[in-house]
Amino acid sequence: MKKSVQNLKVVSNQRLNKDHALLELKSEVLLEGILPGQFANILVDKSQNVFLRRPFSIFQVDYKCNSIFILIKGIGGGTRALSKSLVGETLSVIFPLGRGYTFPEKKSKVLLVGGGVGIAPLMLLATMLKQSNHQIEILLGARTGEDLVELGNFAKYGTVHTTTEDGSHGTKGFVTNHALFGDELKSFDRIYTCGPEPMMKAVARLAYQNDVDCEVSLENTMACGYGVCLCCVTETTGGHRCVCTDGPVFDIKQLKWQN
Amino acid sequence: MAELNIDIAGLKLKNPVMTASGTFGFGVEFDDFFDLNSLGGFVVKGTTLHPRQGNAYPRMAETPSGMLNAVGLQNGGVKYFAENIYPRLLVYNTNILVNVSGSTVEEYIACAEQINELDHIAGIELNISCPNVKEGGMAFGTSCPAAEAVVKAVRKVYNKPLMVKLSPNVTDITEIALAVEASGADSISLINTILAMAIHAESRKPVLSTVTGGLSGPAVKPIALRMVWQVSKSVKVPVIGMGGIMNATDAIEFFLAGASAIQVGTANFIDPMASQHIIAGINNYLDRHNFKSIKEIIGGLQL
Repeated sequence: MKKSVQNLKVVSNQRLNKDHALLELKSEVLLEGILPGQFANILVDKSQNVFLRRPFSIFQVDYKCNSIFILIKGIGGGTRALSKSLVGETLSVIFPLGRGYTFPEKKSKVLLVGGGVGIAPLMLLATMLKQSNHQIEILLGARTGEDLVELGNFAKYGTVHTTTEDGSHGTKGFVTNHALFGDELKSFDRIYTCGPEPMMKAVARLAYQNDVDCEVSLENTMACGYGVCLCCVTETTGGHRCVCTDGPVFDIKQLKWQN
Repeated sequence: MAELNIDIAGLKLKNPVMTASGTFGFGVEFDDFFDLNSLGGFVVKGTTLHPRQGNAYPRMAETPSGMLNAVGLQNGGVKYFAENIYPRLLVYNTNILVNVSGSTVEEYIACAEQINELDHIAGIELNISCPNVKEGGMAFGTSCPAAEAVVKAVRKVYNKPLMVKLSPNVTDITEIALAVEASGADSISLINTILAMAIHAESRKPVLSTVTGGLSGPAVKPIALRMVWQVSKSVKVPVIGMGGIMNATDAIEFFLAGASAIQVGTANFIDPMASQHIIAGINNYLDRHNFKSIKEIIGGLQL
């Protein structure tokens, strides 16, 4: 669908833990063809000192209810204010923005790796990969077990594995410490990842070494979200490219992450 | 409905609302949002003779009521513009200006000569005010002899409307305005961004890769208004006002201060429809106050 500025109604706001919230936003415009990895740029009205919109991955789409879901972790003033949105209020949202993850052409074995709130674009991705009958393994990492959210819903689409830094859930350590990053890694046709940049770089390095295709979703700070401010650029083999329009999803071969 | 059309030294605008260079891409990025022909005009992003990669990331810092940028004139160069972008602009029926920048007078001249060949480009906005490049840019806009030299040189090779965009980073902006007027500028636009910086206290590091950047947004509006007021009283050429215009009320304030037209800049980042809301709001203001034309409020500040 064409990108547009819409006033979306908050139809639910589910608190998942102390700092994560899942908003369901209903549109009056018929939703169609939203791709995993695409994002929404949301205006924060109430928060002082928050001048720019805040970008969020589209977590899930419910075409029956014509609504999108946004996973928010309250980190700064903008995200905290949005995570406390009340049912019934409207939010100004520009969406869908950016280029999403691409799908394998033939039936494939894929690994989804999410870290922290970086799991946000992976739910819609898992949903759509499952519709095409790909074999899906999902690895989610967080600081503690309490920080892991939506495990039950991820399990609908693939086998879920976890790592936590304190060992309170799943394997202790970072996602790249998990056994999936051992000998088994070569068996995957593709890795999809989103999370903190050091994590994605570590995942990308192992993907390179094992010659597995890998797509990452970047989150550089941006002003506009539609390719006109040129603030969110990343270094690519083709020079500076906007994360908001050339990405946020990039094939690691496009990025200068090898070193 | 009041009359919104206005002539800016040869540019016939259907309304006094333009969009500012560096905040509007090449215009085409806004096709999904609205019909660009509704604008009085738009200024495409800063173009230089040679391609530029711009500065390293991070290039942006959010600040109270505004933002800093340090993009550094990332663009594909004038040849890329003429071959790849210009053909896509032929469909629009509005005034399209190209913002031209350079590191040397020779680069400005060579770039302007190539823009002169493009019939559908209504004019040049000469950028002598970019604070984010190491060479040239703002250096041409902060001394009268340098500003005179570049404007005179471009004037010789460019025969369509020439708008000169001034830097606020000067002691007396009216001196620079008078100098560029005397050197052949048809109109003057102001203000470009204000040199500023942001520091991340926890890491004790600058937020921007370039340490300093240009401040824009509502934070600069009072300064912009003051400078538009000073310049419009000093020069005879039309003044195009900009700096933190977010809504129609802001725009009206600039007309009252003496601007004949305005440019919407940073607001495009927060609401791509901002210029549309501003055009509607200006109309509404003129009707409410029984003005028949936008011309009746230009410089209409009641002292």
